[in-house]
Amino acid sequence: MARGDALAAYAAQARGAETPWLADYRRAAAERFAACGFPDRRVEAWKYTDLRPLLRQPFTPAPPAAVDAAEVARHLAGLPAGPRLVFVNGRVAPALSSSKDDLPAGVRLASLAEAAERLRPRIEALDEAGDGPMLLNAALMTDGAAVEISGPVEAPLHLLFLATGEGTASHLRNLVIAEPGAVATIIESWAGSGAYWSNAVTGVQVERGAALTHLKLTRESSAAVHLANVSARIEASGVYRSFALATGGRLARTAIAAELAGEGAECRLDGLYLAGARQHLDTTTVIDHAAPGCTSAEHYRGVIDDGGRGVFQGRIVVRPGAQKTDARQLNKVLLLGETAHADSKPELVIDADDVTCSHGAAIGEIDHDALFYLRARGLDPTTAERLLVEAFADEVVATLSPPSLIAALRPLVAQWLQSR
Amino acid sequence: MTGNAESTKGPMLEIHDLHVAVGGKPILNGIDLTVAPGEVHAIMGPNGSGKSTLAHVLAGREGYEVSRGEVRYLGRDILALAPEERAREGLFLGFQYPIEIPGVGAMTFLRAAVNAIRKHKGEAELDAMDFLARVREKARLLEIDDALLRRPLNVGFSGGEKKRNEILQMSLLEPRLAVLDETDSGLDVDALRIVARGVNALRGPDRAIVLITHYQSLLDYIEPDRVHVLAGGRIVKSGDRTLALEVEAEGYTALAGTAA
Repeated sequence: MARGDALAAYAAQARGAETPWLADYRRAAAERFAACGFPDRRVEAWKYTDLRPLLRQPFTPAPPAAVDAAEVARHLAGLPAGPRLVFVNGRVAPALSSSKDDLPAGVRLASLAEAAERLRPRIEALDEAGDGPMLLNAALMTDGAAVEISGPVEAPLHLLFLATGEGTASHLRNLVIAEPGAVATIIESWAGSGAYWSNAVTGVQVERGAALTHLKLTRESSAAVHLANVSARIEASGVYRSFALATGGRLARTAIAAELAGEGAECRLDGLYLAGARQHLDTTTVIDHAAPGCTSAEHYRGVIDDGGRGVFQGRIVVRPGAQKTDARQLNKVLLLGETAHADSKPELVIDADDVTCSHGAAIGEIDHDALFYLRARGLDPTTAERLLVEAFADEVVATLSPPSLIAALRPLVAQWLQSR
Repeated sequence: MTGNAESTKGPMLEIHDLHVAVGGKPILNGIDLTVAPGEVHAIMGPNGSGKSTLAHVLAGREGYEVSRGEVRYLGRDILALAPEERAREGLFLGFQYPIEIPGVGAMTFLRAAVNAIRKHKGEAELDAMDFLARVREKARLLEIDDALLRRPLNVGFSGGEKKRNEILQMSLLEPRLAVLDETDSGLDVDALRIVARGVNALRGPDRAIVLITHYQSLLDYIEPDRVHVLAGGRIVKSGDRTLALEVEAEGYTALAGTAA
């Protein structure tokens, strides 16, 4: 069976009846995917992450699955409370989600299936530069979250994506729109059990003067594959603050493309990836300074245990005319064993002359002098190492705001250290 | 051997014929030293004489090859013990260059260290309030501000602040044997006096202190019972505190020469 036919058969299983434009949209994406397939490592953005092991295993559409409220509570434990929208195996779970009546003023939180017609132009805009996984997502997406925020919102909005299954795939498409005047926090959590594949595409629109904090917690099962693509467009004076914590997945990749599209826009992409044995965690970012007077800062830290691998690629583009750009990038990685591996690739493409750009990357081991100092004060090596790793991670965690997010993330770091 | 209950009749520290190399290069070439409880010994020597090597070997740092000799602390050979085991048994090293540890709060670190040692002694761990009260009391003597202890450990501390922080750690950990490696280096007279006051406050019949120093001036403030001159990895001369004055008057070269 040719790849196109296989895809058509798969697509038929994945979706139900839908409007003609969406059917056309899927068909076009499927055709493009059939032509280009998955990227191999010769594609620069996939230089360090090999999808071949993923492709060896056939994936079928994830069937509906039941999850109880206790499990939802477990995955949200320790996080600041707020309204939530829960998805299980790619489908919205209304019974596990907040009632629409309980949403704060200025928030629309719906499943994309409900909002698809209304948000059509935004859905179509997302896959313009799509790679294989994104095109496959366009062809096969089942549902996702549609979040529209029009004012200041105190509590964070939770998007929880749960998956369960062996060899099953969920393709989720999310849209987050922060309208002018919006000030909000989104907490996106990914978790599950089994050897499933989550393939997510998220579009973020930060409109004029809006401020959005976007926390992404990738805590997938240790056998899972997670591919996420976030495309954020930040308009004039808008502020987009992203923080990605990755601890889960056998292969997990979060790719973020942020376009600073209007004057005075700001973005800050931060994150922490904690890779244990047999884990490959990839963070790939592109920050596009397309307008003058924009500021970007990124700070990613990785802690890699024996047998684990961490990848960071950070590309910063400053377009002609994007004068007064201020762009900073930092990647620091701590290797905890002989067989821990890290790749770090900064890339600056600067086509304007009045800009301030800096980048730094450091991959190192635990500081032996520091370890000895702590041990000479009576701390056992395990405790001493844990203290140093926590401190290393905290250098980026502590930059989060509000403080409730710091308090929520610290225990997750500690938990990872306890379990390694 | 369990910290407190140990009698202090025998020597606190006995070093016999200690030979140590680093990367195959001999640094210590037969050190003999005995320190009794209650005593303060000063080990003086020029740069490169092996002073810091001796301090690090006593504390159990990796990377030092002991090719001959033994080190007995409270009667027990400690060379096979890990650094944390030595610390819990009451051996303290005051670092010449205290390490900066970004992200670890000075107070968090102090409490972790104190509780590690208390736990080893079978004492209850201190809660945050009790601990804070104890730290404040000790910090006052050393003129250490609360604000300093809220910062990451040693990060951005001045040279004097780092050294005072070492003595603060010592006063909280209440070691049996303290080895202070060039605690006086880089201190001005005022800081030297504060540090010396902290050290003197810890002198007692059950505690011994080994001061490692390049200069005599520290010994104006902390009066030693014995003074040893280290040169070429050996103790070339020992005496009472007048030996320190002799060193100052004549220099190390003359002393090392007469002994060789």
